Amino acid sequence: MAAAADEASRPFAGLSDVSISEDIPVEGDISVPVGPSTRRRNDDEFSTLDEPVRETILRDLRAVGKKFIHVLYPKRSSALLRDWDLWGPLLLCVTLALLLQGGAADSDYQGGPQFAEVFVIVWFGSIIITLNSKLLGGTISFFQSLCVLGYCIMPLTAAMAVCRIVLVAGSGTVSFAVRLVVVTASFGWSTFASTAFLADSQPANRKALVVYPVFLFYFVIGWMVLTFSPSQ
Amino acid sequence: MASTNDPFQFQEFEEAGNLLEANRDATTISIEDDEIKPEKQRRAAAFSPDGEDEDPLASDDKTELLSGQQKSVPFWTFEYYQRLFDIETHHVKERIIGSMLPWPGKNFIHLYLRRNPDLYGPFWICTTLVFAIAISGNLANFLVHLGKPNYKYTPEFQKVTIAATAIFSYAWFVPLALWGFLLWRNNKIMNLVSYSFMEIVCVYGYSLAIYIPAVVLWILPYEWLRWCTIVVALCLSGSVLVMTFWPAVKDDHPKIIIAIMSAIVLLNVLLAVGCKAYFFSKPEQALPADISAATDVTKAPSPT
Repeated sequence: MAAAADEASRPFAGLSDVSISEDIPVEGDISVPVGPSTRRRNDDEFSTLDEPVRETILRDLRAVGKKFIHVLYPKRSSALLRDWDLWGPLLLCVTLALLLQGGAADSDYQGGPQFAEVFVIVWFGSIIITLNSKLLGGTISFFQSLCVLGYCIMPLTAAMAVCRIVLVAGSGTVSFAVRLVVVTASFGWSTFASTAFLADSQPANRKALVVYPVFLFYFVIGWMVLTFSPSQ
Repeated sequence: MASTNDPFQFQEFEEAGNLLEANRDATTISIEDDEIKPEKQRRAAAFSPDGEDEDPLASDDKTELLSGQQKSVPFWTFEYYQRLFDIETHHVKERIIGSMLPWPGKNFIHLYLRRNPDLYGPFWICTTLVFAIAISGNLANFLVHLGKPNYKYTPEFQKVTIAATAIFSYAWFVPLALWGFLLWRNNKIMNLVSYSFMEIVCVYGYSLAIYIPAVVLWILPYEWLRWCTIVVALCLSGSVLVMTFWPAVKDDHPKIIIAIMSAIVLLNVLLAVGCKAYFFSKPEQALPADISAATDVTKAPSPT
């Protein structure tokens, strides 16, 4: 009876050995911080409405510049892939198309590519290569791939600028040889840079299938750069 | 007690091949590739039948494979097109080589496609051919007129559009017409062999692969060389096409057979000769320099 009274006086005694051991401290703060402090912190981090326009533009330009440097020293980094943007490719495409103008300008027979043709080749070419890569089972996203392909046109645009400077000096065999060397080197650089970024996203037995269209793309752009002949 | 058949010893592949041939009547090609095995375990449902030949567990893979292939996906989904790109590098290489070296009795579709037609080969071969024709034509024109004082080099970039139209319409509309025709004949004559549209597109696309080296050879301005290469390329690609479509029409009326085969060959010839005539001007010998330069730069002989 003493035992029964004991049991009655401690009705939840059986719970005492339910497994909260005493040497693990259970502590914490279950109050959710509500109030203007959190909201202001979030606004400071993400709102860009209050900053001056110059800072907005400079931030984007800095991002674009950083990616240019990544293309100059291509190593397998994910920075280019993570924060993709299409400003750089647009800038490069417009520059390349403008530099390809003004050649062989007979009034009715323009031999070189028109401005729109360069645009179509660059953008549709990049879209088709991206689609090809995704259909082959690539893990890279659509815009990331467009971004990489667009940024890797930079060596060819630089080669185009060099070619125009060389053509000012003269357009004989020597200048052609110099231009050939420059364009070949930059074509190789473009292909190497873009495959350094894109190669990881494909399984090993399909890498060549993805690299070949990129090779063809930069080859065609290189051909357009090399065959630019100035008006005389 | 120890059997001579040590279970840890490597089993020869012939046993698996014999097992398979007991199951199916198909001829097997052994494709040695180490990468097929892990690929197969990962994606057995959608994998091409080429890899089945080496797998001793073929029955499991086969049921999965058959069930995977019978599930038909509508053509407006991305997955439909992904299935058309389900090939690997060595498959593409084999198919290209197979399209260049026809072997009597070996059907391209049965041997290489094996119910797994792809769109990668036809599309990129056509694109490469378009740019090869445009660039080679440009280079050939430049070499023909090299040294002439009045010649002004132009890149002739507009020819890319024309080349693209010609090649892509050959590679798409001729298979469409052929497929429609074979379908119509199939209704009249019960045929054991029938090809799907994608398989016909695939054959036509790969049969254009021989023209890429031929077009590059046309840069050299020698007429005899150009005609030799065009005849060789026509023979090879024409015979691949004829041997592929022979089983599909051989049960038919003789006149229909002749009509179909000659149409296939004739269209092939038209494409090759038309491209040669339009993009590659003849090296002209005894004409005055300024007249030839002016006429060659501005003349645009239309093939129609």
